[in-house]
Amino acid sequence: MTIEKLFIANRGEIAVRIIRAARDMGIKTVQAYSAADADSLAVKLADESVDIGPPAASKSYLCADAILAAARSCGADAIHPGYGFLAENADFADAVEAAGMVFVGPTGDTIRTMGNKAAARLAAQRSGVPTVPGSDGVITDLSVARESAEQIGFPVMIKASAGGGGRGIRIADSGEAFEGLAAQAATEAQAAFGDGSLYLEKMITRARHIEVQILGDGVNAVHCFERECSLQRRRQKVWEEAPSSALDSDTRQMLCDSAVKLAKSVGYRGAGTIEYLYDDATGHFYFIEMNTRIQVEHPLTEWITGVDLVSEMIRIAGGQALSFSQGDIAIRGHAIEVRINAEDPANGFMPFPGKVSDLRVPGGPGVRFDHMLYSGYQIPPFYDSMLGKLIVWSHTRPLAMARLKGALSELDIGGVQTTAGLFEALLDDRDVQSGSVHTNWLEPWLEANASSLKAS
Amino acid sequence: MPTSELRSPLPGTFYRKPAPDQPNFKEVGDSVAKGDVIGLVEVMKSFHEIASTFDGKIMSFAADNEDPVMAGQVLAEIET
Repeated sequence: MTIEKLFIANRGEIAVRIIRAARDMGIKTVQAYSAADADSLAVKLADESVDIGPPAASKSYLCADAILAAARSCGADAIHPGYGFLAENADFADAVEAAGMVFVGPTGDTIRTMGNKAAARLAAQRSGVPTVPGSDGVITDLSVARESAEQIGFPVMIKASAGGGGRGIRIADSGEAFEGLAAQAATEAQAAFGDGSLYLEKMITRARHIEVQILGDGVNAVHCFERECSLQRRRQKVWEEAPSSALDSDTRQMLCDSAVKLAKSVGYRGAGTIEYLYDDATGHFYFIEMNTRIQVEHPLTEWITGVDLVSEMIRIAGGQALSFSQGDIAIRGHAIEVRINAEDPANGFMPFPGKVSDLRVPGGPGVRFDHMLYSGYQIPPFYDSMLGKLIVWSHTRPLAMARLKGALSELDIGGVQTTAGLFEALLDDRDVQSGSVHTNWLEPWLEANASSLKAS
Repeated sequence: MPTSELRSPLPGTFYRKPAPDQPNFKEVGDSVAKGDVIGLVEVMKSFHEIASTFDGKIMSFAADNEDPVMAGQVLAEIET
C-alpha cells in the first residue's frame, strides 16, 4: 500500500528528521506530543499534531494504547516509531499491524528474535556470523574447562552462571593460572549463589565498537557499510565515524557480508544495524546484537553513501522493493558525528534542561546539524538529554576533523550547557587524531582531563 | 509549630520510592532528619536524591509519585 499519512510516535531531533523525509516523499505527517512537548520543533513542522498524554514517557510516548488511538483518530495509515520508546517493542509492532496500519520497521516476530540476546546469538551462529567465543554452556570438570579455555584463547573470563553485576568473574591469562582461578571462582560462586557452575568467554581487552547498517525489503538485503562508535561514556556513544579507520578492505568486506547474511536469514524488512566488537589485536570481529530500527548515528551512513535511510525505510514499509542493489552503494569520503547533549561536561555531565536564549547553527559544505532547537525553546527535563547531532563530511578523515573543529566553533546554543566543548578538547587529543581508541578509552580520558574541561 | 517547605532543586519527574516495586521513602507523619532522602527527581534520565534540609515531621506531600515538577516547586511540607 502507498503511505499517505504518517504518524510519528517519537519526539526530538528524530521526529524532525522523519517529518523531513516524509515531506520530501509527499507524505502528510502527524506528530504525537506529550504535554511537555506541545511547543516542540517537530510539532511546529508537522502537518498535524495530536496530544497523547502527560509528560512522563510511560504515560505518553511509551503508552501503546494512547498512540494507537491517536493514530487511528487522525486517519494515519502508518506509524514511524523512531528510536527508543516503542521502536523495538514487538507487541507494539504487532498491534499497529492488527489495527490495520503499517509499522515502519520489521515484523513483530523479527523484533522478537533479534531482540532476545540468546536467540539473536543463535541466529548469528546459524548464519555463520562469528560471536564472542566461549564455552558451549556450563563447565563442571576443571581439566576439560582448561582445554576449552586453551581453544578459546587467553585471556579468558571465567564467569559464574548464576552470577551478575560482575561478581564472581576471574580473568585468566594462561593455562597455568586458569585452573587455580577457576577453582576459586567455583568456590566463590557456590558460596555466593549456591551454584558453582561456570562458563567461559573470551576477554577482548581492546575492542572497537563497529556496526553495519543494513536495509532489507523482506526478500533482498544490502549493507551500507559500517560505522565506528568506540568513544563511549557509560555505554552511551558520544562520537561516531564512518567508515571505521581500523578496517582493511578485506575485513570490511567480510564484516559487511556477514551482516547481509544475517539480515537475509531472518528475512529482514526495513533499516537495521548489526553491532560487532572488533579486536584490534587479532583483526577478528564478533556479533554482539542487532538493533531493529533507525539509529541516532544514521546520518554518517547517509553522508558516505548518499542513501537516504529514513526515506528508504518508509518506502519499504509502503511495500516497495529496495530501490538499489549492493553494487550501487560505495563509500565516498569520511564522516564524523558528535552528540550535542544538554549536559555540563565540566560538572560530571550534569543534565542542563535550560532555555535556549539564542541559537547559531553551523553551516557550509559538508556540515549537517540535525536538532530539535529554536531560539526561545525551553528544553523539557523529562526526556533524553540529546539536543541534536552535528555531522560533518569531507574527503578524508583529517579534513573531516578540521571541518568538525570549524563547525563546533560556529555552533552557539545560548543559555544552555552542552557537550560541544568536550569535542573541541577531543579533537586536540593525539589518540583521537590517530584513531587509536577503543570502547574503554574515553572514561579514563575524562577522568584525566577533568580539570581542562572545567577550565573551558 | 512552624512549617517549612522542602523544594525541588531541579525540574523533572518526582518519585516517592526508590523503585516501582519498593515502598515509599517516607510517609506523611514520619519524622525526618537533615539528609534523609524523601524522594527522587529524574531529570533527563538521571536520578537525583532529594534529601530533607530540615529536622522535623512530614505534614504533607505537595507532589505525588511520578508528578512532573519544576525547579523550586514545593515537594513536601515539614513541621519543624
